[in-house]
Amino acid sequence: MFDDRSPIYLQIADGIKNDVLSGALKEDEQVMSTNQYAAFYRINPATAAKGFAQLVDEGVLYKKRGIGMFVSPDARDKLRAARRERFFTEVVDPMLAEAKRVGIGVDEIVRHLGGAR
Amino acid sequence: MIELRDVTVRFGSTVAVDDVRLDLPTGKIYGLLGRNGSGKTSLLSALASYRRPTAGTVRFDGVDAFENPAVMRHTCFIRDTLDVSDSERVRAVLRVAGWMRPGWDADYAARLADLFELDPSKRVSALSRGRRSALGVVLGLASRAPLTILDETYLGMDAVARADFYRELLADYLAHPRTIILSTHLIEEVADLLERVVILDRGRVLLHAEADELRGRGIKVTGPDTVVADFAAGHHVLAEQSLGGVRAVTLDWRPAPDDVARGEAAGLTFGPVGIQDLFVHLTSPSQRLEALR
Repeated sequence: MFDDRSPIYLQIADGIKNDVLSGALKEDEQVMSTNQYAAFYRINPATAAKGFAQLVDEGVLYKKRGIGMFVSPDARDKLRAARRERFFTEVVDPMLAEAKRVGIGVDEIVRHLGGAR
Repeated sequence: MIELRDVTVRFGSTVAVDDVRLDLPTGKIYGLLGRNGSGKTSLLSALASYRRPTAGTVRFDGVDAFENPAVMRHTCFIRDTLDVSDSERVRAVLRVAGWMRPGWDADYAARLADLFELDPSKRVSALSRGRRSALGVVLGLASRAPLTILDETYLGMDAVARADFYRELLADYLAHPRTIILSTHLIEEVADLLERVVILDRGRVLLHAEADELRGRGIKVTGPDTVVADFAAGHHVLAEQSLGGVRAVTLDWRPAPDDVARGEAAGLTFGPVGIQDLFVHLTSPSQRLEALR
């Protein structure tokens, strides 16, 4: 589930964001409590709490005092907008760099993408 | 808060713990990591007030811990010897723990004994190494002591028993939060359970940090000799290897995504450094290099 590349709290936050983006977690749906999350994934509850706190800071989750944490109504739209912005710098640009290294021209890439239409 | 101030433990001319200063907020799970002979048990003995430090003080919420009955009652220190009589039967050992420990949960102890297949009618002397360790786990967890110290308690337990131990430890901590200190060198197995990590090296505190912060703290960089040297310049090198014109270095540095992209464009490849690797690099004398030359 988690790897050594980055702190687990960031991986937790990313995992929940992906669930929100994919629709697996709906708006205003309650997410697991930090203790449930910690017990399920066998991690320290402070680590889980830090991941959730990050999501509250970013506005992906909101707290209802004494009840738990829920998905913000606009979380999916906001995440999509942010990911779309990063799509070209983080996905397309590295692909173009690799294409250049191995001698694949832009025309060839466009032809290939045409097949995916 | 548990405060260790200038704690030194000496055995004759050997310095086991060397001027340690630590602030440990309560209610967390700590991992005390260190190689054999790094002073883990000596430090824990001082922390548990089992041994008066040669110098320095240990305080619990501002109160001196040594020979303080109130602090002692709330401390459970499980060490190799178990501090029980070998001729006693398991059943009797658990009964005595129930008299001595204010927080003892006899039902929980029975469930744990069952889980680890500890026969209550057996004498301690007749237990295998793994079952003896399991008895330590039962004593440590069922005591529910506000300060619970488990000194390499997993020794001799097989992989299945250790997995049971870690699961129970986390579940019971979630239900009854308290300060738990685990000493171990099986770091990978427990890293996810820990909130904070203290690394001891030759009696000194090498590092005290949030466990999760150590993930991704280091990075392994591989590529052409000169390119790697350029990239690594100015950063702390934990380890390095060279073969032909290729060099691999482990850096104590968390590069930004831009740095990684720049490195990749220059022909470098990057790999993660886990907590276990970081520990090995930080405590291995052959790998202590100040800077890349």
